[in-house]
Amino acid sequence: MNSFQQLAKFRSYLFQTMEGNRKSCIPLSRRLAGEVSSPDFGWNLNERMISSRVSHSTAVHRSGNFPISPNNRLERAASVRPQHMETGDASDPRITRIASSIRVIPDFPKPGILFQDITTLLLDIKAFRDTIDLFVERYKEKGISVVAGVEARGFIFGPPIALAIGAKFIPMRKPHKLPGPVISEEYSLEYGTDVMEMHVGAVEPGEKVLVIDDLIATGGTLCAAIKLLERVGAVVVECACVIELPELKGRDRLGDKPLFVLVSPA
Amino acid sequence: MFAAENGLKGDPRLEAISRAIRVVPHFPKPGIMFQDITTLLLDHKAFKDTVEIFVDRYRDMDISVVAGVEARGFMFGPSIALAIGAKFVPLRKPRKLPGEVISEEYVLEYGVDCLQMHVGAVQPGERAIVIDDLVATGGTLSAAIKLLERAGAEVVECGCVIGLPETKGQCRLNGKPLYILVGPRDVDDCC
Repeated sequence: MNSFQQLAKFRSYLFQTMEGNRKSCIPLSRRLAGEVSSPDFGWNLNERMISSRVSHSTAVHRSGNFPISPNNRLERAASVRPQHMETGDASDPRITRIASSIRVIPDFPKPGILFQDITTLLLDIKAFRDTIDLFVERYKEKGISVVAGVEARGFIFGPPIALAIGAKFIPMRKPHKLPGPVISEEYSLEYGTDVMEMHVGAVEPGEKVLVIDDLIATGGTLCAAIKLLERVGAVVVECACVIELPELKGRDRLGDKPLFVLVSPA
Repeated sequence: MFAAENGLKGDPRLEAISRAIRVVPHFPKPGIMFQDITTLLLDHKAFKDTVEIFVDRYRDMDISVVAGVEARGFMFGPSIALAIGAKFVPLRKPRKLPGEVISEEYVLEYGVDCLQMHVGAVQPGERAIVIDDLVATGGTLSAAIKLLERAGAEVVECGCVIGLPETKGQCRLNGKPLYILVGPRDVDDCC
């Protein structure tokens, strides 16, 4: 089944499962062909909307909707996730706190989209520290010499991980931002394309690389990052994100590259 | 003020940090010698030292907010915030932050730009520092200071890895102290 057939089937499934609750109306602006330049999709299917809020202690939460539930996620994770995709251990209390610290903003950047906002996680000192610790625990002493972070929210999580595991940090950027010679990779959006760039010489052939972003949706951005790194002979060992939107099947887009995520909206 | 004049004179870490910065001539336009910190990020020890110098300075100053200016401020700010036990607040270009924001316009050479911060990210009375990779005219940092002050925070200091000559002698921005690790490199310094 190609990506457009998948989209048609998915849309059909969505309309069948929606019970007329307009609040959970799913935006039709899917981008199966690729991601917008900033990975900012939020999906919330009616059947998965969790009515109870996960308790949290952070001060700054303005939107009332916290549909992330570790228990539901664990059950769903066991039933639908391919073997090589991994998520954080939902029984880890750190994961619970991280999940509850993420704010959901409805209708951003456009109507119907539920945006997963990690800025509130950054305001929760323990949750932010735990986020980094969880990645560092997984990736330290694995011979990873490069952490590549995708502009701009990947720049927030990547460098602390790189510093903790003794790796270099390389920013993967939008065009015309990096000052030196670059290599570029074009990738598809719903309408049109975008470009990601990396400095020539930042990575040596054979280096083991971890790619970091805050969220994976369709996987287009991460895919472009992987391609850039492989073009210079690096070995991408894994992609890691705080949040995954599994309905968008970003994992499939990464091919044989493993994906590790901490949380996903229920 | 420069770190070397403020307690770190002769500190070998500063020399290594300076050497790790690459100068790219004529970027983004002719005549500009761009101070490229991406090479600093490739030097693990120099990058770690950069963060440590800021952490050592701010650790005991009761700072609860580290604000970082998009995008290169994001590369330094979070690590500092994590080490000193502060929140990290991203200050961003328009329409990037998803929630309710406050905006501050600032002047460029040609035209204006705008910096935004989430409402509620900072509480009145919090002590904040602003971090960016480089300060030139100080326009961006001024806007950052204003945003934090409008939210009721007290900006204790602005910290930058590199300070250009435009700021030399001007150790304050909007009356706030400025702490800089190194000056710009000349292209002749490299290779």
